[in-house]
Amino acid sequence: MNKIGLYIHIPFCIQKCLYCDFLSFPEGKKQQALYFDALKNEILCSKEECKEYEVDTIFIGGGTPTAVAPDEIANMMKLIRDNYNVLDDAEITMECNPGTIGAGADAMKLYFDAGINRISIGLQSANDKELKLLGRIHNRQQFEECYRNVRAAGFLNVNVDLMGALPGQSISDYEDNLNYVLSLDPPPEHISAYSLIIEEGTPFYEMYGEKTESIDSAGSISEGALPLPDEDTERDMYHRTKDILSENGYHRYEISNYAKDKFECAHNVRYWKCREYLGFGLGAASLMKGRRFSNTRVLSEYTKSLLDEGEGVAGIRRDEEILDDNAMMEEFMFMGLRLIQGVNVNDFYSRFGKEIFDVYGDVIVNLIEKELLVRNGDYLRLTDKGLDVSNYCMAEFLI
Amino acid sequence: MAEFDQSKIRNFCIVAHIDHGKSTLADRMIETTGVLTSREMQNQVLDNMDIERERGITIKSQAVRMVYKAKDGEEYVFNMIDTPGHVDFGYEVSRSLAACDGAILVVDATQGVEAQTLANVYLALDHDLDVFPVINKIDLPSARPDEVKEEIEDVIGIEAHDAPLVSAKLGTGIEDVLENVVTKIPAPKGDSTAPLKALIFDSVYDSYRGVIVFVRVRDGVLKKGMTAKCMASGASWEVVEVGYFGPGQFIPCDELSAGSVGYFTASIKNIQDARVGDTVTDADKPCEEALPGYKKVMPMVYCGLYPADTAKYPELRDALEKLQLNDASLFYEPETSQALGFGFRAGFLGLLHLEVIQERLEREYNLDLVTTAPGVVYKVYKTDGTVFDLTNPANLPDPSEIEYMEEPIVNGEIMVTTDYVGSIMQLCQERRGKYISTEYIEATRAVLKYELPLNEIIYDFFDALKSRSRGYASFDYEIKGYERSELVKLDILINHEQVDALSFIVHKDGAYERGRKMCEKLKGEIPRHLFEIPIQAAVGGKIIARETVKAMRKDVLAKCYGGDISRKRKLLEKQKEGKKKMRQIGSVEIPQQAFLSVLKLDEGN
Repeated sequence: MNKIGLYIHIPFCIQKCLYCDFLSFPEGKKQQALYFDALKNEILCSKEECKEYEVDTIFIGGGTPTAVAPDEIANMMKLIRDNYNVLDDAEITMECNPGTIGAGADAMKLYFDAGINRISIGLQSANDKELKLLGRIHNRQQFEECYRNVRAAGFLNVNVDLMGALPGQSISDYEDNLNYVLSLDPPPEHISAYSLIIEEGTPFYEMYGEKTESIDSAGSISEGALPLPDEDTERDMYHRTKDILSENGYHRYEISNYAKDKFECAHNVRYWKCREYLGFGLGAASLMKGRRFSNTRVLSEYTKSLLDEGEGVAGIRRDEEILDDNAMMEEFMFMGLRLIQGVNVNDFYSRFGKEIFDVYGDVIVNLIEKELLVRNGDYLRLTDKGLDVSNYCMAEFLI
Repeated sequence: MAEFDQSKIRNFCIVAHIDHGKSTLADRMIETTGVLTSREMQNQVLDNMDIERERGITIKSQAVRMVYKAKDGEEYVFNMIDTPGHVDFGYEVSRSLAACDGAILVVDATQGVEAQTLANVYLALDHDLDVFPVINKIDLPSARPDEVKEEIEDVIGIEAHDAPLVSAKLGTGIEDVLENVVTKIPAPKGDSTAPLKALIFDSVYDSYRGVIVFVRVRDGVLKKGMTAKCMASGASWEVVEVGYFGPGQFIPCDELSAGSVGYFTASIKNIQDARVGDTVTDADKPCEEALPGYKKVMPMVYCGLYPADTAKYPELRDALEKLQLNDASLFYEPETSQALGFGFRAGFLGLLHLEVIQERLEREYNLDLVTTAPGVVYKVYKTDGTVFDLTNPANLPDPSEIEYMEEPIVNGEIMVTTDYVGSIMQLCQERRGKYISTEYIEATRAVLKYELPLNEIIYDFFDALKSRSRGYASFDYEIKGYERSELVKLDILINHEQVDALSFIVHKDGAYERGRKMCEKLKGEIPRHLFEIPIQAAVGGKIIARETVKAMRKDVLAKCYGGDISRKRKLLEKQKEGKKKMRQIGSVEIPQQAFLSVLKLDEGN
């Protein structure tokens, strides 16, 4: 039986963080309840198309899943288990914000009992000043409570999100955060460490302008805003992360993700390996049977279509594209090269019926000559230098 | 149509400063004489090229015939010859004027007399034309017709108290203008029995009929079937068709007699054989001497034209060939650049001419072009005693072989309100201008005369002039000749490799400044590579300025999950697309934009 992953999007939060460009917004209880009705309907409607699949990963993300009534999450999980072939050993992750009701001890037990077995906590920084600057709703102490609750409820697989290259942040500020996370008892099994990206449409973008790609190629910084670390500092932070975490038993398995052995996030690996996934909820993206599509991003359209018009999933799906072989090969490469292990040349052949070197021979030779790519047994992977300029390398794989 | 005797013919043109409403007035006159209904009128009938219309200027001169029933009850034939409105086309203007017997001077009721008004009116008077003024735009609230009349009388010295007051836009006062044409412009006085003598004042290429030659018949008769001969080029052909100009069309007739304005075709393949200014005569019974004033115009400004996509070289060649059919003053020859591949060195009458051709190539022929910095023609005197014209900086010999060099100098006249005299003088100084004189034409306005090197005014002099005078200064110039000058070749090295397409000739005192600015500009245009890229400016192998494009240390998307893939793909595609538009110089990829941006070094200053 084919395997599939499910993603469930909870688009609500207490307040938008200043850097956030995810689809999320604060909303009242009534709207939230309506949303869950629609979501359950979507889950039921999709049951047929998933009949021949086994579900081996589930990821509940947001927004902030812990900002909604914990019962809603538990009920939804039951619905999924009752209607889909969820494997016993499936990895089931939920994102958690320490400043929300769902981060409490009782809620955590409820999630655990509902079958969720992995919690991903958005810490971002262990420094209250930095947290405030990011517009986070919690402080370090609230995180500590949350972390205790997660462990007390029985979760044995926990991720902590950390953010680097924050405005005004020095390398030692950043290392303090990293060391704090490592000092947790027991330390998390998984750490995601991202550099802050200034995304369009966020308050940070207004303050810093467009410089996601090369931080020091500067626009104008609005008055009173702390300067962003320059590109060299950002890279130093990145390389320090890898060194410190590897000394502590974590291996980098993706550009921004670190895990202890066997604790890599199976659901996210699915994205990087271009395996199938089905997304439920507002704006959720899917890759299934060679097609990519995403749900509407308009809440009223979503609920109306699923609840009033009874059109099922057909009424909410948008932007469907059928991926031809070339598109699929390109994605296989540019997503796969995010993994430190790289892409497996045999996987490429079994998937596309073509040798990777027949398709990409020149590109591969060129990148190897520049020491950006290296062949390691059956794998082609980016070197550290290649990872620093991964967009440059990945663009080469577009046909 | 009944033949008119010469006393019922009026051949005239309209002269004006740019934007004073010449074309609009012409439109209204055509409308009023009833040749066309309002519905058929395009906005500006005389300007039939898109580019001209967008820029509001007229490039190729054309003519139109109108029939006007005057207040004296007689019908008159008006031949209105439109003249180009830009100094680049000075010679064409002079030939159009030579085809006329009089001129209408249009002066804007708010702007008054300006540099080109003066230049054009003097040119008209030089050609012995009878000039009467028309005050236009009297509908504007800021119109000051009485002051402007006075100005015309004081500054130009022509009678203006009874000048028609016109709003060409609204159509008021047009009848008055037409009556003035009858009474103030003299009838032609040719001899129809003498041998044919006709002036070519324009020509266009038609793919079916060959070159269509626009002529003003001075003496004799031009008719179908005769053998016409051009006296300067020596070419002769059998005349296939003669006719006159309807609005936007050619209307054949049997013959054109003395005093007439019209066209002929003779299956002429090459426009170079029937150049503007040449005299057409009867090959079997030639006139004794040609009309005066013929000269072959020479390109003043040269630049390299390269297809952005190197594979499009043949298309560019074909397009230039076609454009040249219609434009005897466009010159081009193949050249090769290490940086840009195969292309052409092309010569133009001036920068506007260059821009017009460039736009036509891009618009009409769908070509994406890379243009190198325009330069003027330098005279290089070599130590071996030979002299040659340098049109491409890359061809400058080694300094040891050069005795000295000369550059073209213009006599420039800038008319400006007294408030801005200081800043304009400063500008001229910066552009190596040699001050000649200041004349106050009235209390608040002055004409500054400067000798300026042509290479200092071909880029952005007009723009600088406008911005430093808040639009009040106007400029006119004519070529004075060549003068000796201390010139050097400035080379640009990118990652230690000289980029030929970026070399240019500059006065030695300006080399450092120019080099520094170019390096700065290029630094902003060249994307970061995996390695550090030095950008250097050098004169005679000596580095005079340097900038560095730092190596790219980071080009990463930190986060990428299921919902981000479409966005990620777009980002990568954009990156790849950008790369395609780059030129490879050694191991450095240079965006085409970089070649163009160095043309505009003073922007933002």
